[in-house]
Amino acid sequence: MSPSLSLALLQVVDRQAPAEFWPWFVATLVKLVALFTIYMIVVAYTTLAERKVSAWMQDRYGPNRVGPRGLFQPLADGLKNIMKEETLPPYANKVLFMLAPAMAFIPAMILWAVIPFAAPWASPWGRIEMQLAPLPIGLLFVIAFSSLGVYGIVLAGWSSNNKYALLGGLRSSAQMVSYEISMGMSLIPVLLVAGNVTLNEIVNQQASLHLWNVLTLGVGFFLYTVSAFAETNRLPFDLPEAESELITGYHTEYSAMKFSLFFIAEYANMLTQSAMIATLFFGGWDIPFMRADNVGAVSFPLVLLSFAIMFAKTLFFLFFFIWIRWTLPRFRYDQLMSIGWKVLLPIALAYIVIVAGTLLALDAAGLKRDFVYGAILFAVNAVLAVVMFRILDRGRIVSPAYGRLDPQELARLRSVSRARTHLTVSAGD
Amino acid sequence: MAIGVKVIERPIAETSYVRAALQGMGRTLKHLFEQKVTTQYPEQKESLSRRWRGTHRMLTTEDGKAKCVACGLCPTICPANCIKLVPGEDERGNRYPLAFEIDEFRCIFCGYCQEVCPEEAIHLGRHYENSEYSREGFVYDLERLTAQTHPVCEMWDPADPKGE
Repeated sequence: MSPSLSLALLQVVDRQAPAEFWPWFVATLVKLVALFTIYMIVVAYTTLAERKVSAWMQDRYGPNRVGPRGLFQPLADGLKNIMKEETLPPYANKVLFMLAPAMAFIPAMILWAVIPFAAPWASPWGRIEMQLAPLPIGLLFVIAFSSLGVYGIVLAGWSSNNKYALLGGLRSSAQMVSYEISMGMSLIPVLLVAGNVTLNEIVNQQASLHLWNVLTLGVGFFLYTVSAFAETNRLPFDLPEAESELITGYHTEYSAMKFSLFFIAEYANMLTQSAMIATLFFGGWDIPFMRADNVGAVSFPLVLLSFAIMFAKTLFFLFFFIWIRWTLPRFRYDQLMSIGWKVLLPIALAYIVIVAGTLLALDAAGLKRDFVYGAILFAVNAVLAVVMFRILDRGRIVSPAYGRLDPQELARLRSVSRARTHLTVSAGD
Repeated sequence: MAIGVKVIERPIAETSYVRAALQGMGRTLKHLFEQKVTTQYPEQKESLSRRWRGTHRMLTTEDGKAKCVACGLCPTICPANCIKLVPGEDERGNRYPLAFEIDEFRCIFCGYCQEVCPEEAIHLGRHYENSEYSREGFVYDLERLTAQTHPVCEMWDPADPKGE
């Protein structure tokens, strides 16, 4: 296909497509290679970071034998996994068994095509967007593809022909489908405030309010983060793996590089979700206290600066994922389901109504979308958050074992226990 | 609910998930920067007790011969039956071991052989890094026992029971 024809096709699909083919083509190739390289390196080093951080939290050193301070550990792990024996269970569905690891990994990676990782560059060859595919429907693309990740896990569990793997796969499908909904719902307020589904526009909107979405939409951030943990199968939602119950769940039968691919997929998902949280709620690549980066393409040093800011935010959330994992214990399965359906989903729905109402009222009052507007939203969210956590903390987020008892039965048991305590005390006297 | 399970009314401060979670996060974050406690084993080693009972060592006289006089007390007292001793006698009537083997796999490291030895010849050693490629490698013969150089175990002294 000739360059001009492909460009013409591109312009039919995307009105904002560049006028010239070659600069766009070369820029895309360079971005592709650079992004993929950085992505894979970060994923590899996140595995090391996980082990290091967990060790530090437990007053240990962590891996420190391969290379200076253990820095080459990911290389050693990769080499080990390549050298290991590939096992194929005799009664597994071979095609799906082979396909599943890739299906777990690819959706996480595809999402990076639309995440803007830096401010657009005003290059000598025209404006170059710092995202691989500057899709106008970026956020919808993200929601659509992030739900594909479950297929790899479900198929891995099913095709292994192993009861633990199947249980892991079942759990993960139930969990991911449940949390998919509250995740999508928690993003609607972001769309309402931004009025746009383009990720770059969401970043710009946060800059124009002078407040990150985490402040103006704090409850939404909480809902999204909890759902993101569930979507990535990380503790406290790692029910699909649950070592103590299911060996390792859906990847019980996998070995060598296929197992490694699941491992990479988990970290790739974490990285993607970290970047999504950073973009949607923490201002993305936006350079704080600076307006020049939001009005159009910027010079190259500023591009690098905005990339560094985005990178730092993403790394922070990677650390946050690890931090949570090594702090909180796993939820029970009924708790997981009740958090998803009875807590997060109703809250998300109510939250959409409240945010929409607030926005309507603010617009009707004729307020401009600037700092005051954001401050009012922040106040509303602060009140909502306080109310939400106060109500939820009354033994309902994580119900104790007696939380499932009939209230009358519970009252009876309590009175019995009180009477018995009384008896023992009086006997002791 | 099982019979006899106590259901106790507890204040919200004890049952709150959010507070407990935040406390836990603080705790792990604090530990992130705390002094690490791991002993970096091959480089650093924990010091052994002076009465540590490890693999054996046979002490020698000045001329390099084993002090053992093949009296036969140690194979007799050995509860694991791991010492094999073949006594010999030279032309002047001095007894010496023709063969002296200790199977360190059978040994339970009770230290009776060292306690019973009248010549203070056989000792347990303060040593624990033993690895071999075969089971046969753990049958230490006289040559190997005399060649060991690690410090020997000190006996328990009734006059100084805590070893101070």
